Amino acid sequence: MCLAIPAKVLEVSGDKARVDFGDGVLREVNVSLVDVQPGQYVIVHAGFAIQVLDEKEAEETLRIWQEILSYGEEDAEVQVQGQRAS
Amino acid sequence: MLKFRYRDRELAKRIIDKLRQMKLNLQIMHVCGTHQDTIVKFGLDSMLREVGVKVIAGPGCPVCVTTAREFEEAVALAEAGKTVAVFGDAYRVPGITKSLAQAKARGRDVRIVYSIEDAVKLAAEGREVVFMAIGFETTAPSTAVTLLKEPPENFTVLTCHRYVPPVLKAILEMGEVRLDGLIEPGHVSTIIGVKPYEPLSERFKIPQVIAGFEPLDVLMAVYMIAKQVARGEARVENEYTRSVRYEGNTKALKVIDEVFEPVDIEWRGFPVVPGSGMKLKRGFEEYDARRRYEDELKKVQEMPYVKPKGCKCDEILRGLKEPADCPLFGRACTPQHPVGPCMVSIEGSCAIEYKYGRRRVS
Repeated sequence: MCLAIPAKVLEVSGDKARVDFGDGVLREVNVSLVDVQPGQYVIVHAGFAIQVLDEKEAEETLRIWQEILSYGEEDAEVQVQGQRAS
Repeated sequence: MLKFRYRDRELAKRIIDKLRQMKLNLQIMHVCGTHQDTIVKFGLDSMLREVGVKVIAGPGCPVCVTTAREFEEAVALAEAGKTVAVFGDAYRVPGITKSLAQAKARGRDVRIVYSIEDAVKLAAEGREVVFMAIGFETTAPSTAVTLLKEPPENFTVLTCHRYVPPVLKAILEMGEVRLDGLIEPGHVSTIIGVKPYEPLSERFKIPQVIAGFEPLDVLMAVYMIAKQVARGEARVENEYTRSVRYEGNTKALKVIDEVFEPVDIEWRGFPVVPGSGMKLKRGFEEYDARRRYEDELKKVQEMPYVKPKGCKCDEILRGLKEPADCPLFGRACTPQHPVGPCMVSIEGSCAIEYKYGRRRVS
């Protein structure tokens, strides 16, 4: 039920957007709950986009994990805590 | 695709190694069926158990926590000649006398929809349509937005929406299960943000981590909880920053507040949970199926409900039992012939266990 799937926004027209779920499936979804531009990724739940995915944040998260897990140093840990506080 | 990078085996192995070094003995609950799916699908539960972490499922499946009486209300409306629109996930869940699927087999008009907007389209064709609105904060905004747009007057909503934080509080207050940490649901949190969890960590001294749904998200959440436990901390961390902002989705929260207000409501397996139901506010009564069809629904309130014999859904939803502990699992209860909702919903613990082939332990 809370299953939600990322999709790429192709075009926006008012409350509606055409999105690509990545497997060639194009669908129209309601985007009235988000502010979104074509080219961005949204998370879609029950026909509604509920958030715009932050791609930079996604990359950054992976980078920080790599750091923590490579060295296990508290320095890297501090960075992650700081980021989480935002 | 980014998705696959969140499945990196090397990183997963490193997290498990770190956890092993910590010599843990932890029990952590998550409250999201999609987390359960990730955990079982990728075998994370057995990997984690080997390093001293047991992850259990709580009341995280909205279809499962909806009561038999609420399903019976939808059945009664179908039997009274209304068109009942419902998410496919809830179609086969037994009410008190039967499921919506069984009502349909007897000629009633029950439609599976992907979105509330599909249900509104059905109403535009002129029939009386009742949408069974199941779901947590993730789904409620779509109901709210739709009602704010003034759908046709022959459209009503049977609201079964629920807020998640009150049930977390109820679980912690009940204290039936030992919990060293909570993994919070990423998509509910996408809407509500980080703040609603903070009072729980303060009051119950429990670490919480909001997590996404890829294997690394879940493993990292466990690691973050383990770190907090090791340091004697109890706070809310957000692992799923690519979707969850501190303040949540403010647009979505605003429409929920415009349309719904908290009400005490029963959850399957739980007593009444204060302030956990979403009731339509004044001004939206005309769309309230319980109000419009009060007479048709009266008999449902008076019906005695006897829990199916042997069914362990209640205990599973409270984190006390697992599907394999249920004598009906995979025998009398299967996805084709479900006895309880946990075997119906794609987010139900039993359906997930069954789907990935772990049908019986003995």
